[in-house]
Amino acid sequence: MANKVLVRQEFKVVGTRPIRHDGTDKVTGRALYGGDFSLPGMLYGKVLRSPHAHARILSIDTSAAEALPGVRGVVTAKDLPRPEEGIADVGEGAVNLRFLSDNILASNKALYKGHAVAAVAAVDAHTAEAALALIKVDYQVLPAVVNVREAMKEGAPILHESLRTDAQGQKGTTPTNIASRIQFAKGTLEQGFAQADVVVEREFETATVHQGYIEPHNATGLWSSDGQVTIWCSTQGAFTVRDLVSQILRYPVSKIKVVPMEIGGGFGGKTVVYLEPLAALLSRKTGKPVKLVMTRTEVFEGTGPTPAASMKVKMGATREGKLTAAEASFAFEAGAYPGSAVGAGCMCAFAPYDIEHGKIDGYDVVVNKPKAAAYRAPGATQTGFAVESVVDELAEKLGLDPIAFRMKNSAREGTRRIDGPIFGVIGALDCLEAARASDHWSSRLEGPNRGRGVASGFWFNIGLQSSCTISVNADGTVNLVEGSADIGGTRASIAMQAAEVLCLRAEEVKPTVADTDSIGYTQVTGGSRTTFATGWAAYEAAHDVLRQMKERVAKIWEANPADVTYEEGVFGVKGDPKMQMAFRELAGKLNHTGGPIVGRATVDPKGQGGAFATHIADVEVDPETGKVKVLRYTTVQDAGKAVHPSYVEGQMQGGAVQGIGWALNEEYFMTPGGTMANTSFLDYRMPTTLDLPMIETVIVEVANPGHPFGVRGVGEVPIVPPPAALANAIRRAVGVRMTRLPMSPGAILKEMGTV
Amino acid sequence: MNDFEYRAPASVSEAVALLVEKGERARVLAGGTDLIVQLRGGRFTLDRMVDVKGVPELNQLRYDAAEGLVVGAAVPCYRIYEDELVAAHYPALVDAARIIGGIQIQGRASLGGNLCNASPSGDSIGALIALEATAVIAGPGETRSVPVEQFCTAPGRSVLGPGELLVALRLPPPKPRSGAHYLRFIPRYEMDIAIVSAGVAAVLSPDMSSFVSARVALGAVAPTPLFVTEAGAALAGKPISEESIALAAEAARQAARPINDMRGTVEQRRHLAAVLTTRALRGAVARAKGEQVNGH
Repeated sequence: MANKVLVRQEFKVVGTRPIRHDGTDKVTGRALYGGDFSLPGMLYGKVLRSPHAHARILSIDTSAAEALPGVRGVVTAKDLPRPEEGIADVGEGAVNLRFLSDNILASNKALYKGHAVAAVAAVDAHTAEAALALIKVDYQVLPAVVNVREAMKEGAPILHESLRTDAQGQKGTTPTNIASRIQFAKGTLEQGFAQADVVVEREFETATVHQGYIEPHNATGLWSSDGQVTIWCSTQGAFTVRDLVSQILRYPVSKIKVVPMEIGGGFGGKTVVYLEPLAALLSRKTGKPVKLVMTRTEVFEGTGPTPAASMKVKMGATREGKLTAAEASFAFEAGAYPGSAVGAGCMCAFAPYDIEHGKIDGYDVVVNKPKAAAYRAPGATQTGFAVESVVDELAEKLGLDPIAFRMKNSAREGTRRIDGPIFGVIGALDCLEAARASDHWSSRLEGPNRGRGVASGFWFNIGLQSSCTISVNADGTVNLVEGSADIGGTRASIAMQAAEVLCLRAEEVKPTVADTDSIGYTQVTGGSRTTFATGWAAYEAAHDVLRQMKERVAKIWEANPADVTYEEGVFGVKGDPKMQMAFRELAGKLNHTGGPIVGRATVDPKGQGGAFATHIADVEVDPETGKVKVLRYTTVQDAGKAVHPSYVEGQMQGGAVQGIGWALNEEYFMTPGGTMANTSFLDYRMPTTLDLPMIETVIVEVANPGHPFGVRGVGEVPIVPPPAALANAIRRAVGVRMTRLPMSPGAILKEMGTV
Repeated sequence: MNDFEYRAPASVSEAVALLVEKGERARVLAGGTDLIVQLRGGRFTLDRMVDVKGVPELNQLRYDAAEGLVVGAAVPCYRIYEDELVAAHYPALVDAARIIGGIQIQGRASLGGNLCNASPSGDSIGALIALEATAVIAGPGETRSVPVEQFCTAPGRSVLGPGELLVALRLPPPKPRSGAHYLRFIPRYEMDIAIVSAGVAAVLSPDMSSFVSARVALGAVAPTPLFVTEAGAALAGKPISEESIALAAEAARQAARPINDMRGTVEQRRHLAAVLTTRALRGAVARAKGEQVNGH
């Protein structure tokens, strides 16, 4: 399918599709992941987890476990320093340190089934496991609350006796599970609804779902006798791990080195720490390196899923199809500790539209489930499902084409969001136009029980700090060192931006993702920031190389550095066409003409452009079983500039597939007591290849003026539209409006009145 | 997981002796696709694992027009669906063998193991019941045969006593003008466990206008795979029609006694028991008439 390029700037490398630098090792199995790592004398760690969703820990007796032959050490919360109240920044959200520490090892209360209570290091994994069974924990079991609406009720079991609602800075006075209440407003709501001819109001619910990365969390820690700590782990942000471990253990960052291994998926879930502090603590206790690897059940029960949500959305429009007002209330489950993505969800909810009057309320609510973590466009998929379903229903009631209705109300440059910011150059309308012009939209969908749905979505993208160094090799190639975990082909997209500046081929730039001792501070790979921000650092570092090389040429030729030019890989001097030196030639002379050249850059860019997407879904519903078959699926997305179109398409397809899974079958199936019943990939039903058609992609390029190559983030927004696109398609296929995720066969049969 | 002994006997008698010696502390390994997962998951511990893949009787796959089919208990799924005679005479068995796990699992998993695991949702069991299979069991005493519908006694439990070993499954030759079909309902399109399944076999009258007899089995609607004789009885002598099929479907719905769990609800499963019985019967009739019917 043809990609739609709106702003064409010709590049030599940016926009091409070279083979990724890490590709061969990954397809041959040679790439080293955390699970592959081992050290001489290494011990194996296992974590004891709470069998109760809510319980007071009266005592922990580890003596029998410690006495078991082969056991080298046991740690509990008593081995952690008690942190003061403080806030740690993990890039995509702030975390209260005391809560963070308690989530590593529960101190006085276990707040979800799977909450870590103790950890053991032993000579092998089986001995460590046997030791867990010998740890005696005396629990006082408390009533659990595992649903956001229940948790908000008067008289609900309270998770944190000290928690008070923070309502826009105003602290509440009584114990509560509502950690915070936020509100955004624009215009006059009553006036907006008074102008409306049609108003739709509906309630929605989404289930807790997990990112489902294939590689489980793992960490190996070595606390050397000189006090230097090294941690090898699977993470989206080595510096974030270093910062969090430093804060949790109250140990200087300068004494902690974090080595990021290859990462087998993260999707936001590997921006926080679980095993890393335990590996360090157990190593300190035993004097040996200690490795911990989670099982799949531990990943489901003990790491952050994305919040379940309970939502209400009301929107009004005129007969002519102009949206006049929007009101929403979004309550998100934060899990055991405050900090869901409800704020981001609120801000993204109505972002695709220009609406004069609006009000959005958000609630961050603790429940007895694992602490929520980021998941690809955190919060936006939940609220997008609700809003895009209501938008669809309005279009239906008004008898308007769903794309035309969205275009009429589309956000554009100058539109102010309900939460305040005014959009710069954005591609919201361009995505809708590209969707309308797509082969998919113009194809006919025939046959019974079939329907087509559309939905749009928005994600901000972020900037934040990145560092990069580039050293020139004598053979005319360069080595590029950066600190961004590569979760989606970013070695390639970063190297390509340096190659573009240096007039090299992508293959002539060799990228390395370095540990925290070997590169300047770099924030997490998250917020769709890496190709944008670390790519920008590479761009600046490449320019730094060029500046130094021009100075060198000037020195060799005894010319004025300001007169040195660099075009098509050749240095020259203004006004003297005979003077020419190729990049490679100069590279070979560096060591003898003044020494090696290393370019460097650090950036903290603010000009990230927001990303919009519009998806089209065709489904067929089996009315006897309620099963949905996705017949055809197209993603349209503004990438700003697709540095490596294949990996942009990969992100669009991957995001869409995760959204489809979230929409149709994935959920934490909780017992009333707070146990997740389906803690394996067999019963936590992520889609397989047989469940999906080829996901078609249309890349729209509306250059981001805030980036040298026009790049916008691309990784997150494609997960936002699928639930609503599928719900809208199901509505047209069999007439039912699904307002609850997942839209599983049983749920659809029930909505159709069959069972 | 504790240390355990691994033994690989070469004969049925040797295998039985190894099992008898350790009683409940010994377990049989064929493909291991249930056993190893359960062992690692801490469902049980054992002292001895007896690998029966090297026992000739457990690896035989033999069809004979007079005797029918013999499937050794350790024969992996792929051998069943790649066998032309099995595909020609027992397509319903192929329906089941093709959907147990994915390709890699099918390279190891056996129908014998699927039966011995005695899961209410075991995919081969419904097909085996419909096809009138019997289980041939060796042990310290006499070798005995048990109809498959009587093999499972509770979730994870079977008629196998201490020291007993499933040697083979025997299926009678298909009757003239008969057809069978196995279907399961899963929310995905592969790699899933049946929410409900139905295995059906039907014998048609010489003029192909009515049912002579039928066998209907349901999975995942009771503690064991269910042989629904009422559904078969409802069809005997009835004309081949949607009305007749609806009677059998209703009998299947009535017979189902499912539970609510993470995979489905009672209402959904009762409903699906009728839907799948209907669809499987249509497939069985079509096959009896010589038409091609896709498995899934």
